[in-house]
Formats: sequence, C-alpha cells, structure tokens
Amino acid sequence: MSTPLTINGQSYTVDLPGDVPLLWVLRDAVGLTGTKYGCGVGSCGACTVHINGEAVRSCQTALEDVDGDITTIEGIGTPDALSKLQTAWVTHQVAQCGYCQSGQIMQAAALLAENPAPNDADIDDAMQGNLCRCGTYPRIRAAIHTAAADMREG
Amino acid sequence: MSKLKTITRRTFLISSAAIAGGVAFGVYQDRKTPPNPLTAPTGGAALNPFVLIDQNGVTLIAPRAEMGQGIRTTLAALVAEELDVAWDDITVLHGPAAQAYYNGAAIAAGLPFKDYSITEFQHGMGQNLDFVAKMVSLQITGGSTSIRDGYEKMRHAGASAREALKQVAAERLGVDRATLSTENSHVIATDGTKIPYGDLAVAAAKIKAPQTGLRDAATWKYLGKSMPRVDMVAKSTGTARFGIDTRVDGMKFAALRINPRLGGKMIGFNATEAEKMTGVDRVIDLGNGVAVVGSNTWLAQQAVDAIDITWGDAPYPADMAGILAKVNSALDDSPNSTLRNEGDADDLPAGTTEIRADYTVPYLAHSTMEPMNATAHFTGDRLEIWCGNQAPVLTRDKCAEIAGLGPSAVSVHTTFMGGGFGRRVEIDYSIYATKVAVAMQGTPVQLTWSRQEDMRHDFYRPAAAARFRGAVKDGRAVLMDGKIAAQSTTREVPARLMGLPAAGPDKGHVEGAYDQPYAIPNYRITGHLAEVGVPIGFWRAVGNSFNGFFHETFIDELAHAAARDPLEFRLEMMRDEHAPSATTLETVRDMSDWTGKTPDGIGRGVAFTYSFGTPVAQVIEVQQTDDGIAITRAWIACDVGVILDPSIIEAQMFGGMIYGLSAAVHGEITFADCAVEQSNFPDYDALRMHNAPAVEVQILASNAHIGGVGEPGTPPAMPALGNALFDLTGKRARSLPLMHDFDLLT
Repeated sequence: MSTPLTINGQSYTVDLPGDVPLLWVLRDAVGLTGTKYGCGVGSCGACTVHINGEAVRSCQTALEDVDGDITTIEGIGTPDALSKLQTAWVTHQVAQCGYCQSGQIMQAAALLAENPAPNDADIDDAMQGNLCRCGTYPRIRAAIHTAAADMREG
Repeated sequence: MSKLKTITRRTFLISSAAIAGGVAFGVYQDRKTPPNPLTAPTGGAALNPFVLIDQNGVTLIAPRAEMGQGIRTTLAALVAEELDVAWDDITVLHGPAAQAYYNGAAIAAGLPFKDYSITEFQHGMGQNLDFVAKMVSLQITGGSTSIRDGYEKMRHAGASAREALKQVAAERLGVDRATLSTENSHVIATDGTKIPYGDLAVAAAKIKAPQTGLRDAATWKYLGKSMPRVDMVAKSTGTARFGIDTRVDGMKFAALRINPRLGGKMIGFNATEAEKMTGVDRVIDLGNGVAVVGSNTWLAQQAVDAIDITWGDAPYPADMAGILAKVNSALDDSPNSTLRNEGDADDLPAGTTEIRADYTVPYLAHSTMEPMNATAHFTGDRLEIWCGNQAPVLTRDKCAEIAGLGPSAVSVHTTFMGGGFGRRVEIDYSIYATKVAVAMQGTPVQLTWSRQEDMRHDFYRPAAAARFRGAVKDGRAVLMDGKIAAQSTTREVPARLMGLPAAGPDKGHVEGAYDQPYAIPNYRITGHLAEVGVPIGFWRAVGNSFNGFFHETFIDELAHAAARDPLEFRLEMMRDEHAPSATTLETVRDMSDWTGKTPDGIGRGVAFTYSFGTPVAQVIEVQQTDDGIAITRAWIACDVGVILDPSIIEAQMFGGMIYGLSAAVHGEITFADCAVEQSNFPDYDALRMHNAPAVEVQILASNAHIGGVGEPGTPPAMPALGNALFDLTGKRARSLPLMHDFDLLT
C-alpha cells in the first residue's frame, strides 16, 4: 500500500501495510532514527512525535491513521541550528544516555506551544508519560522553565 | 604469559596469596606496552592508542562505553588537559576493541579490602594488579572504574603526545624542547613561531615519546570544571547514533523470541503461518528460540509472534516459593565469607536486649530505555558488529567463535548505549545477531528485541535475603551481626562469560555491608552463596544495591531502639572510623536543615553507603498527599576524592539515586512456570517526572583516593526512602518493592 506522508515539511511515499505503526515507518522505511522505540505500548514516550502540532505516541499510531503533517525531532532543530528548547537542553546538560530525550523534547515542545508559562504541576502533568531510566527529570524540568522564559522573550 | 593466564583464569577473585605470586611473576610482562590498535589516517598519525592527529584536527579515543555517565567527556578532558587542545576542536570516539584499552581498575576493585581503611600498601597492590587486566585484555566499562583506571593513564597519553610533538618541533626549529610551549593544538616557540600539531604528528608518531610528569592540579584548565558534554548536542537533536540506529546499505531488520524459561531449550516450532506474512524473508532457528528477518522490525515482530513454539524446561524452581526457599535456606549454610569480624559477635553484650530483623529484596531487571539489539554483517571471512556494549573484546572474541572466525576477522563498532546499568556487559544480544548474520551471509541484519523479550530475558540483579541481630547500649550500637544470602554475581557472571572459576571469599556478595565505616565493637558480616540457577548479572551498584538496604535499614532500627536521632547515631560511630564519610553525613544534615523532627504528614530518612571508593549520604523526604505518599525532596552529599567534572558527578549522583528509588518503589521481577511475569513498563515501572524528588547535591573532595561516581548514588536511596517511610508511618520497610506495603504516589 502506497501512502504519502509529509514529515518535517518534506514529502515521502512509503509502501507498507496500513497497520504498521508510524514509529517503524519513520525508523525503518524513511530512515529518521531520532524517534526511538522504547516499549511499543505507549507507556514510555520515547517515540513521541507531533501530528499537526499535537504530541502523539508514534508506536500507537498506525500508518493508515496518520491524518496530518508529521514533525519529528529532526524537524525541531539541528546541531547547527538548535531550537530554543534544544538550547535549554544543552545549557542544562540534561541528557545522560540520551535515548529518551527525543521524546522528552517533543513532549516539552508540545507543552510549550500550548502553555508558554508552565508551572511545576503543569510540567508534571505533561511529562509524566515520558520515562527516563537515567533519572534526568530535575534537569528536564529546569530546561523547560528556561526554554519557556527564552521563548516568551522572543 | 601462559602461566599468568592460568593464574587469572583459575582465580578471578584474587586471594592475597595469589596476588603476591602474580605480581612477582608479572613484572616483565607488565613492562610490555600493548600494541597500538589505531590505523593512522592519511596525512596524520596515531601518537598512542588514545591520540590521533591529522590535518583535520585532533581525535581522542575514550575507550569506555558511553551509557550516559559522561565518561567520553571526562576521559577526553583528561587527555586534553595535558595535550593543550581547544575543547571545541576535538572529536571523541570510543575506538576499536583492543588489549590497549584494558581496564586495570576493574580487577583492583575486586580486592577484599575495605576501601575507606585501605593502606598505601594495599592501594599499591591494586595498582600492580593493573597488569592482570592487561593480560586478559579486560576492556570493560563497569564497576565505576573508568576514571579510577584513566585518571593518570589518560593524562599521560596527552602529556607524552604533547612532548613528542614538541620534540619534533624543537628539531625543526633547532631549539631546545624545553623552550617550547603549546596551546590550542599548536607548538609555540619563544619568537612567536606557531606550528600546528597536524604538521608535526606524522614525525612525532615515529619517535619515542619523551618522559614527562603530569601537571599540577592547580594549573588545570578543563579538569575540575563542568565541561560541555561532547555528546550533548547530538543527544538533544536526535542525531546521536545508538546501536538501534545503525543503518548499513542493504540492511534487513529482524525480531526474535527466546525460551521464556531462561536457559531452557526449544523443543520445536512451526513457522508455516509466519513465513507467509507480509515483509518476511526468512525464519532462523537460534537453538533456544527463533528469529524472523524481514523488511521492517515491526513486521518481523508480528511474524515471530505468530510462530507456534514448544519450549523446554528451565534449570531452576518454577515459582517464587521454590526460588526464595533456595535463597533463604542459604542463610543456614556455612558462610562463604566473613570479611568483617570484630570483637565477639556470638554473645549478646551484658545488659542489652537483642534486636532482630529479617529483610528480603527481589530480582530486578535493568530495563534500559533502549532494548537489546545488535547489527551484524557476515561475509564469510569477516564479521562486523555494531552495538552498544560494555565489553568489546569479549564481544569480539565470542562472536568470532560463533562465526567460525579468528578475532582479527571481527570488527566491533561500539555505539552510544541507551542505558547500560550493567546489562550491556553481556554478549547474548550480539551472539544472537551473529547467528542471524551467519545464516544470512552477505546481508547485514539488525536484530532488535521487543521490550517484552528484553524484560523477560535479562540477567537479573539477584534476589537477596538477610538476617540481622544487634544490640544498643548507652545510645550506641554495641553489636551488629548480619547474614546475607543471594546468588553470587561476582562468581556466576565471570564463569558464564569467560569460564573463570572463582575461589575464596566473595567480596562483591557482601560489599555495602562488610565495608562500611562504622565503629561497632562487636561487628560481623557473613556472606552465604545461594545456588538457584536464575540467570543473574551486574546491576548498577551490584551487591551494594541490596546490602546497602539491609545494613542501613538495620542501623536505623538500632538507632530507633537506642532512642537516638538516626543521623547523629550514625555520625558518632563514623567520626572516629573515617572522617570523610562523617563529613558527608554532616554535609547532608546541614543541606537539609535536619533537626530530627518532622511535622505531621512529612517523614524524613537518612542513609549512607560507601561504595566504589565514594562515600555517599542521602536524606529523603516524603509527604502524605491525597494521591498517596510522595517523595518530595532529596539531598545528597558525596566525597569523590578528586572532583573532575562537577556537572557530570552531580548528574550521576541524582540519576543513581532515582534509579535506586525506582527499584525501591516499583522494581520486582517474579517467576511463574519458570517464566518472568513482568513484560513491559506498565508492570515494571520507574519514577517519572511527577513522583521524582527535587534534589540538591554537594560534592566534597577530601577522601584519600579518587572514587567512582556511576554507581555510588544508587545504594543509599533505597534505605533512605524506607527510613523516611518509617518516620512518616511508624511502619518499618523490611522488604522491597515498597509499593506492596505503602500507599505510594505512583
């Protein structure tokens, strides 16, 4: 089955059954490996991407159910052109193993798009679906606050 | 060398007698430098196994696997400090599997001495054991040893390369080497002439590097400061390549299922349906499981799940009752070790009442965020493997055997690891990938485990049981007698991976209990080895992870019996025994404004563990909320001897603590019909943003030797939480995980 997709502003066509989760379309067919496989059941958030700006678990989103433009971590910023959120991640030296951080950043980006000044409780609510086994939570929280302030300043 | 190998193979856990013989014998071999495994780039040169220079810049080899602990950054900083290269100009790589990258500290860490009271003679003995690691090519990342191994080694690599570059420049300029200085990858003469390292490297690699000392810490530019991690931008942009991100031209994707009865065989399977499924190329018999190779990992996973398989039995009891009976019965067996035995622990001191407590902790999974995976490409005469791993030489040699090749025909590319915690010391996932690649000769294949396979085929932190008795008098502990039973990680893993039989008292089994800096007049810790058959492995902090809970919970019970403040009670017994340890307790007391009193609805607990050369004290605060008991705040004080990178040390301390708290709250692997019952994060969860505490860390540097940082944050977390829950509820936490006995916010 041939399916057209828009990912990070670029057009792709993939030839896979409609029930293949978007995660495995991105990783194994499109070659965008920044989005990670963690659990396959929507409980860790490592596979978080945006569809029409909304954070979704790509492991729980079948290819045939994708109904909008996809943004992955590769579309948020690049090493040479970091987004403000990524800059805050670097400033606070958030990552340890780093495996969950694509998902954390995508979830945080969706939070900040909706709520430009989240308090700690807002961060708890938005981020608790994203697991980090290294325990980077204190720095993730600090980075979100910093990014929020930077983005408000414009 | 052959005799030495015999010695090390025979006795991995080294008794002092074997050391004496080994050191004397090994001096000659020790002087031989292992070959440099690096191939010089065109127009450049490898000055030693750690420094590559060409016209494009300087590449440093940090031959310890980056699993999040920041090792790549700090090892690079050690070299850069002496080499005088600009931080932004360096590239840092893991490098190949090679003897040159042996980890000397990993062997020395096995010596049965209490680190806090180690003598200079014993410390020297540990350094002499360096050669044993070299002989067995022990390139291992684990045991919080990388910095202890690399602290001098990496600086010498930078210093000797610098002096070789200066020597070549001195000859070219016709001046004395001593008149030259170095800065930003240039040699600089007194007249201002600057020669880039790239112009000198080829000649410098051909000369014998001049001997030189190391710079004084007072002059350090990079060390002692929080450096921007070399992996941070990549890990914040999705561009860091983990094993699972390996992409090779023509690569196929594979999934597997292995017998859920661990160690059991596969009796038979029927893959008729699976072979017809979309995207499936091939079904491969792995002996104790099957793999499906196809065009997409998920399609391969669907197919492998559709295979009808008949499994054989496992070599251990079918359920927890049978397994734990074996662990508990070991408590009544004669001890393997009595590494602490002071005073008279048999008799109850006059005028005291005996206090008794029994403790249990469960098997634990590592549960790395990146499930096990490896990519392999077999061409008939060569094998290439890409994976995150903590043991590249072992990976190379074992996979070579599977492929019927010599080790020199195998290349191991060690990628970033999406978590290690000890799980990736193992080579099972690389062996399965190699088997698939051999069956698929000519086609590279990436074999990714589902989360379910990962969780149900771990090498688990062993379950453990303890029986403690003690007594208090005049506000102090006068007796502590602890028996600890568990499977032995330090025996079973080397035996399984390297065929190394063990002998003598097993230090790893009782570390965290026998080696704690308390002055208790009658003090005995015995270790009892349980034979169970459940596959076990190194898990962050290993024995300390359960012994810290036993020892520090019992200390708290003694403090309560003595009607003393638990922090002051510890401090009094620690001050005379080991001052830096006592200072960590005082520091955490001051940081947390510890008063020994907490308002209604709030509880606080303290715990201390000396592990991997680093004393760590933690205070945990819990609060009763409408949603359950929340872990709200935490304070950590540690003493690492020498502070190399404060930001990385802080991250390891709070990260290690959260890993320990996650296990304390949620962690539990159980068996039914010989198979692990948990399979994914919903039934093996960890702390998350909403229930992880706010944390403050202070790092001290008064201890006698540089200590590890990757693991020491983990052990005190579990007892500190249990002790806080006791303060809040009056109920003592004697078994983990705590979610069974306490209404915790999850």
